[in-house]
Amino acid sequence: MVPITTLHYLVVAAALFVLGVIGVLTRRNVVIVLMSIELILNAVNLNLVAFSRMWGNLNGQLFSIFITVDAAAEAAVGLGILIAFFRNKETINVDEIDLLKW
Amino acid sequence: MNPALNTAVNAGMAPVGTPWFFYVLAGLAVASGAAVITRRNAVHSALALIVTLLSVAGLYLMLYAPFVAGVQIIVYAGGIMVLFLFVIMLVNIERASKDRRFNRIWPVGLAAACALLALFVSAFVKGKALFPERGMPLPESSNTQQIAAMLYGEAGRMGQYTFAFEIASLLLLVAILGAVIMTKKKI
Repeated sequence: MVPITTLHYLVVAAALFVLGVIGVLTRRNVVIVLMSIELILNAVNLNLVAFSRMWGNLNGQLFSIFITVDAAAEAAVGLGILIAFFRNKETINVDEIDLLKW
Repeated sequence: MNPALNTAVNAGMAPVGTPWFFYVLAGLAVASGAAVITRRNAVHSALALIVTLLSVAGLYLMLYAPFVAGVQIIVYAGGIMVLFLFVIMLVNIERASKDRRFNRIWPVGLAAACALLALFVSAFVKGKALFPERGMPLPESSNTQQIAAMLYGEAGRMGQYTFAFEIASLLLLVAILGAVIMTKKKI
């Protein structure tokens, strides 16, 4: 069997990233759009940890921990905005969130 | 890479577990990632996302990153996903789950994502030779200690990332305040 190289991990991360991009661009439900963003951030984390393993230093793992912090902050604020929006317009549909568009 | 280092890491990139284990975890992650973006019900998407996060944590363990794997499980699967499930419970999804799943411009989005995929594939095919077959040795037993030394410093010195760590705590404080202000009815 082929040994697992860095490239294997990069391919998995790329697949997760593309799935996340498809989710962000095509879904209508804002909650699922936010979940797709989490998917994208996870793909980036996987890349960073794989490169950390490839070069044998821990900076990549530190970066991935900071990205996790960012993901937590983003989820909290994003879901807060979602609740505020739902209170005003009674919908969580991306197509109807167009207050700033003219 | 010199031969001495090569024999030191003769087990290659995957000494933990077998290649078979990697393929199971990767397949699980990608399959449930696909389920996240295709399920009609947001709760099903959230559960599929939890499976993805757990299998990515398994991949971190295979990459000798036990601390990152623990953070992944505790913060993502334990914290962020609970937040998501709470919000799904708060906003009414009865109507949303009967609606169309995809928005008006979904062909454009799908085409853009396919272009991105083609870019990734061409980059990996062209740059295949750049990636070494074997990884460098990482300290396995002292992973958490080394991360702590880089974050907090050791023996009275500041670590490499101590300042970034403080900024991250400030970011979390701002996020907490932002979330509270957004969700409050009257400020």
